Amino acid sequence: MRDYPPLALHVPEPAVRPGGTPDFSNVPIPEAGSVARPEIDADPETMRDLAYSIIRVLNRDGEAVGPWAGSLTDDELLQGLRDMMTLRAFDARMQMAQRQGKTSFYMQHMGEEGVSCAFQRALSPGDMNFPTYRQAGLLIASRYPLVEMMCQIYSNERDPLKGRQLPVLYSAKDYGFFSISGNLATQFVQAVGWAMASAIKNDTKIAAAWIGDGSTAESDFHAALVFASTYKAPVVLNIVNNQWAISTFQGIARGGSGTFAARGLGFGLPALRVDGNDFLAVHAVAKWAAERARRNLGATVIEYVTYRVGAHSSSDDPSVYRPKTESSSWPLGDPILRLKNHLILRGAWSDERHKQAEAEVLDAVISAQKEAERFGTLHAGGRPSARDMFEGVYAEMPPHLRRQRQQAGV
Amino acid sequence: MPRKTMIEAIRDGMDVMMERDDNVVVFGEDVGFFGGVFRATQGLQAKYGKSRCFDTPISELGIVGTAVGMAAYGLRPCVEIQFADYMYPAYDQIVSEAARLRYRSNGQFTCPLVVRMPTGGGIFGGQTHSQSPEALFTHVAGLKTVMPSNPSDAKGLLIAAIEDPDPVIFLEPKRLYNGPFDGHHDRPVTPWSKHELGEVADGHYAIPLGKAAIRRAGTAVTVLAYGTMVYVAEAAAAETGIDAEIIDLRSLVPLDLETIEASVRKTGRCVIVHEATLTSGFGGELSALVQEACFYHLEAPITRVAGWDTPYPHAQEWDYFPGPARVGEALLRAMEQ
Repeated sequence: MRDYPPLALHVPEPAVRPGGTPDFSNVPIPEAGSVARPEIDADPETMRDLAYSIIRVLNRDGEAVGPWAGSLTDDELLQGLRDMMTLRAFDARMQMAQRQGKTSFYMQHMGEEGVSCAFQRALSPGDMNFPTYRQAGLLIASRYPLVEMMCQIYSNERDPLKGRQLPVLYSAKDYGFFSISGNLATQFVQAVGWAMASAIKNDTKIAAAWIGDGSTAESDFHAALVFASTYKAPVVLNIVNNQWAISTFQGIARGGSGTFAARGLGFGLPALRVDGNDFLAVHAVAKWAAERARRNLGATVIEYVTYRVGAHSSSDDPSVYRPKTESSSWPLGDPILRLKNHLILRGAWSDERHKQAEAEVLDAVISAQKEAERFGTLHAGGRPSARDMFEGVYAEMPPHLRRQRQQAGV
Repeated sequence: MPRKTMIEAIRDGMDVMMERDDNVVVFGEDVGFFGGVFRATQGLQAKYGKSRCFDTPISELGIVGTAVGMAAYGLRPCVEIQFADYMYPAYDQIVSEAARLRYRSNGQFTCPLVVRMPTGGGIFGGQTHSQSPEALFTHVAGLKTVMPSNPSDAKGLLIAAIEDPDPVIFLEPKRLYNGPFDGHHDRPVTPWSKHELGEVADGHYAIPLGKAAIRRAGTAVTVLAYGTMVYVAEAAAAETGIDAEIIDLRSLVPLDLETIEASVRKTGRCVIVHEATLTSGFGGELSALVQEACFYHLEAPITRVAGWDTPYPHAQEWDYFPGPARVGEALLRAMEQ
């Protein structure tokens, strides 16, 4: 006699697949302004509920409400709006350039522009981001030249990385942007180490770590949280939950954890969940966490709740694993539209000015693209020398590489 | 000159560098207060404080991953993996990150990092306290791989590794920590205090990476070895009476091909010895390089003596470990042809 029925494996499934009707009714969205803002030095134990809620500032009418409102001036918000618009235009042009064969690969940020563009405004010069491949807004918001970004994407003769890296895996040390690796999650723990170094040297700089929802399943995520917790490292640990890891819905990586932010609680870290499409909320929370790190109070985990509107990459077709209209049902809307409406409501912006700004931004992106293309695209025009392939493996080229370079005839 | 064990010499190397350079930090499992399970970091925390020498959670990837971040900041971390057998969780950070950081960022970020790992067998360490994973590092572009065989080299090479602008895997044959070992496990072990290479100069000195040392000059056959196998080869030469030239490679990448080539051109024969498993081991690379560089000087096939292609066993320690008898046979075989 068996006492138990046979075991069965549980494999989570997204609520809807292609052909179905998108449904986010099971995603609880708290009212804007409803989540408390703890003191900077509050004990993580006293804010556990923040890991299960969503901090929001902009309400349905576009008003900024609640304790997290007011961290940015109108001018800063207008710049933030322009940054997001620039990133979106940049994405559109580069996606098209990929389709035209000017580069091999591209990854868009559609729908997630608010996260990186707002976050960067909470950092100071000298701080260091450890980004993934979907935070180019950090570069744009820190005024990194669009031409340089494009030259990297084109792997042309002006590519700052000499054609060695896949498109979008930028590196810009002077702009506080760590070299992007193709290996997921590795940078998350490196950011903690960088922050530990800053603390070891009694510096004042902080680090920002970045990871997506899917990559939180990597071991490096857990190592990062342990080390950040143990050493109270001055780092902000950012999780961008855009619901999708290529074709895999976030429930596969999240498992039984209530939220991604909640993972921070077990490590004794303050964990906040924020509306990633709310520019004001992202900035306010980022500023809170950065301030906490600067005061040597340790690391903070932030989960940005957003939605990956575009395909995973130029090599991906989302219509085979999720409904085509899912992004338009996403309850947190579009970060650009929401900030635009807020600024219009405040009388700081208008539809006409927005239209004009769109044209200006597009113009700037196109002229940058023209300039970048003067230096070549992947299969046409100038390109890095084959000699560059052998340089930089080591500080000094060892004899065996010198021999190989000779063999290669360069 | 004072005589030191290899442990003391390694500790001295870290001490010298921590004294000279505020950016040198030392950390790993049990490395801080306790001074390391092999005592290699004893006293460093007391001398330099907890922010320079500290204990870590048991996470090899965390140790190397944070060290890569620290190196990118501008520190010079010298971290410890308790046993080389436990480096695998950190392998992604070593291969995908530390080794490639300079290259992929075109020099914007660099990784002046040393990863120390006790390695090698001959101690009844079984499967997970005996491995020799050097080939897993020598295959990786961007890494340097070093293995000393005596206290004097250990200190000088470690100082060079810490000063090196690129990541260095520093493999320490734990069988040699307290004295040289020639594979005669049935005989009493002599301590480093009785060996001339136990003489370790005080203060700062560096032995350049990429330079081999000729341990025994000879004319009959060239033996390429490193770590514990240097002493095994010396014993084998003495016991067979073959006038072998024994080269202690010390640094596998970069490799001192010049010294190797000159020796094999002179002797016309080459035996390669390592503890690591044979197939795709570093000996394969050495054999290929010697064959390419010395083809017309070779009078016999190049021979490799290595660990068998099995996991490192426990009870069969001395059947596995390439001892002086096996190396001696290879020397005789090389001379027959």
